[in-house]
Amino acid sequence: MRHGVARFVTGFLALPVALYLFYVVWPFAQAAGYSLTDWGGYSDSQRFVGLDNYVRLFSDELIRKAFWHNVFFLVTVPLFTIALALFLAFLLNVGGREDRAGIRGVFGSALYKVIFFFPQVLSLVVIAVMWQQIYRTDGQGLINGLLIKIGLVDADNPIAFTADPEPFLGVPAVLWWLLLIAVWSGAGFYMVLFSAAMQSIPKDIYEAAILDGAGRFHTFFKVTLPLLRDSISVAWVYLGFIALDMYALVFVMTPSQGGPNHASEIFASVLNFTAFQKGQFGYACAMGVALAIFTILLAAVQLRITRRDRIEY
Amino acid sequence: MSVIPEKSDLSRRTLLQRAGAAGLLAIPAAGLLSACAGSEPSKSDGGGAAKSKDNPFGVKDGSAVKVVVFNGGLGDQWAKEDKVVFNAKHPNVTVNMSSTQKIKTEEQPKMATQPSDLVMNSGADMMDRSTLINEGAIEPLDDLLTAPAWDGEGTVGDSLLPGTVGDGTQNGKFYVVNVAYTVWGNWYNAALFKKEGWTAPTTWDEFFALAPKIKAKGMAPYVHDAAHGYYPRWALFASIWKAVGKQAVVDIDNLKDGAWKADGIVAALEPWEKLVKDKLLLPGKLDHTQSQQAFLDGKAAFIQVGTWLKNEMAATIPPGFELTMSDYWSKPGDKAAKDVFAASGEGFVVPSKAPNKEAAKEFLRAILSKAGSAKFAELTKSLASTKGSGDNVQDTALASANALVKGGSGELISVKFPDFYADLDKESQNLSEELMAGRLTAAQFVDKMQAAADKVAKDSSIKKQTRTA
Repeated sequence: MRHGVARFVTGFLALPVALYLFYVVWPFAQAAGYSLTDWGGYSDSQRFVGLDNYVRLFSDELIRKAFWHNVFFLVTVPLFTIALALFLAFLLNVGGREDRAGIRGVFGSALYKVIFFFPQVLSLVVIAVMWQQIYRTDGQGLINGLLIKIGLVDADNPIAFTADPEPFLGVPAVLWWLLLIAVWSGAGFYMVLFSAAMQSIPKDIYEAAILDGAGRFHTFFKVTLPLLRDSISVAWVYLGFIALDMYALVFVMTPSQGGPNHASEIFASVLNFTAFQKGQFGYACAMGVALAIFTILLAAVQLRITRRDRIEY
Repeated sequence: MSVIPEKSDLSRRTLLQRAGAAGLLAIPAAGLLSACAGSEPSKSDGGGAAKSKDNPFGVKDGSAVKVVVFNGGLGDQWAKEDKVVFNAKHPNVTVNMSSTQKIKTEEQPKMATQPSDLVMNSGADMMDRSTLINEGAIEPLDDLLTAPAWDGEGTVGDSLLPGTVGDGTQNGKFYVVNVAYTVWGNWYNAALFKKEGWTAPTTWDEFFALAPKIKAKGMAPYVHDAAHGYYPRWALFASIWKAVGKQAVVDIDNLKDGAWKADGIVAALEPWEKLVKDKLLLPGKLDHTQSQQAFLDGKAAFIQVGTWLKNEMAATIPPGFELTMSDYWSKPGDKAAKDVFAASGEGFVVPSKAPNKEAAKEFLRAILSKAGSAKFAELTKSLASTKGSGDNVQDTALASANALVKGGSGELISVKFPDFYADLDKESQNLSEELMAGRLTAAQFVDKMQAAADKVAKDSSIKKQTRTA
């Protein structure tokens, strides 16, 4: 780079980089620092305790429970969201009938795209309020009301949704109900992402496959999926981040924020409780740092595994 | 202390605040730093006039007093009425009253330099009480208690309902003047009970006898908020206190060895276990407003909640609905059946650096007057912390709560451990929900509470607190 250009670029970048360092990197460093202390959050006195907080993490039953709940989301949120998004994107782009105009999506796909993308436009609070009505635990709830009307659910024993800790496939029911909301609100965005990727796949590849006698099933698994590998890999990492958070949904949708009786406790809800209710900021910072390390490792591993030679087309 | 919960638990602001805070965790609350108000005494320019029975603090004519009112669930009209009461006695003192919901945001930055004279420290955005006291930022008000009452016999202290002075006292001094009084109990619709010829039960036996009749009418006998564990916890603790008396609850608060295993605690909770097992609860896990609306819609005969119910649900109470409060049910052999679950709240404080502390205290005297508190009760449909505030108000909800307090023993039910220990707070909420969901028996509930209390007692990282009174 020529000398003048370097100075020009530096001039533009100095301020944003300074802001980033001060407001993002420095707090992170501070949190890591606090995680080595017994700071309570409400005074300026703190004692250095070394790695005690981290040792404590490993023997904390609640954290262990929360960890496995996060792992549940980590597996299911990307899996179901990507599967649903791929299915929708495929139908909307190449799933329709073939005619002289070539490959196209199902009838009305432009409208469906808008509908499926809609949850992405809604604020989280709106989504939560809406789902509270859908999941309402008596006859006035959307689902319960409907099922009671047609006799599938006993009015004296309605579905408890997020207030139900009973295990389903070994996982508390409340987590499955939260998963449904997460998938519903995420699928639209990834559908658009995959749609864009699919549209960049040349149509003649599909036509060639169809001429060779491939049905929709085979075109999807032998043509579309391999060519979308990059997009899916990125989506997987993003969704992994979302799955490790999930805080907002747990906070607004579950009884006593993480209940009933810790059945929907996740890393972030335990962290929030430890810091703001118990007043153990040092320990809470250790949880935050541990979660950050876990997230970074996960992303690195994931990108490494899915890396392959790019197919040029 | 604010005992009245926020209208909705889901506010975008708190949600974002918490989400953001959980993500960052690292920026120490700047507000806490700025909270450090100086504590050296400042000269007051409002006092100095001759003291008399009608002017016990020597408020100077021609001075001004700045009063800040929290405009929350109770509104602020009652405070404007207090201004009228005040000016009747002191026409030449100017009252500058303002109302806000952001007490901490607006008042804390001024505490160290130019505070208002009288601040109602209430709502979600309130200044931390212990911090204010420990920093010497607010004035002890013991002389207010010994001053003569505004328009009654005796002193201001004599005119307050039981518990009010205790609730406002810290480190042996009286700092916070709570003006509202909250009572908890079982609500029912007196009009409906009259129509059906039912008598409101006072004991568990009477309730279980009445329950089948209620069910026969297609109603559920009972409903409660099942989304926030502290709602059922009030009811469970009312039963425990009534059954075993104060000392046993003090022992529980103090984490005494085996406190939960004291005789009578399991028995106190067994009626609740039976209530759930006999399917006397309205089906569904409703939250506070949903359950309250279900009660108002006539789907359930009883709901347990505090006296803010009337205000909170004002818009949807059907005409002819006679909202009436009755005490939590007791059973034969209860040691303290007449103790009532009540507490004062909505506290006023006088900043140490306030320029006209004399007038601030005089204004408090006016708020706590018979005339002022009666207006408060009339306008807010909540009891004031002054005795007799609800005596002349024509409102079934208020009158029944008033009667409940008057008929009580004078001893108030209160539980401190949830304020002392966050872990036990959470655990007791969770376990209360589990008991009311039928997933725990009374005996299992007690075992698990004892285990949780033992765990906190052993945890050296948790600072221990002691309850004396």
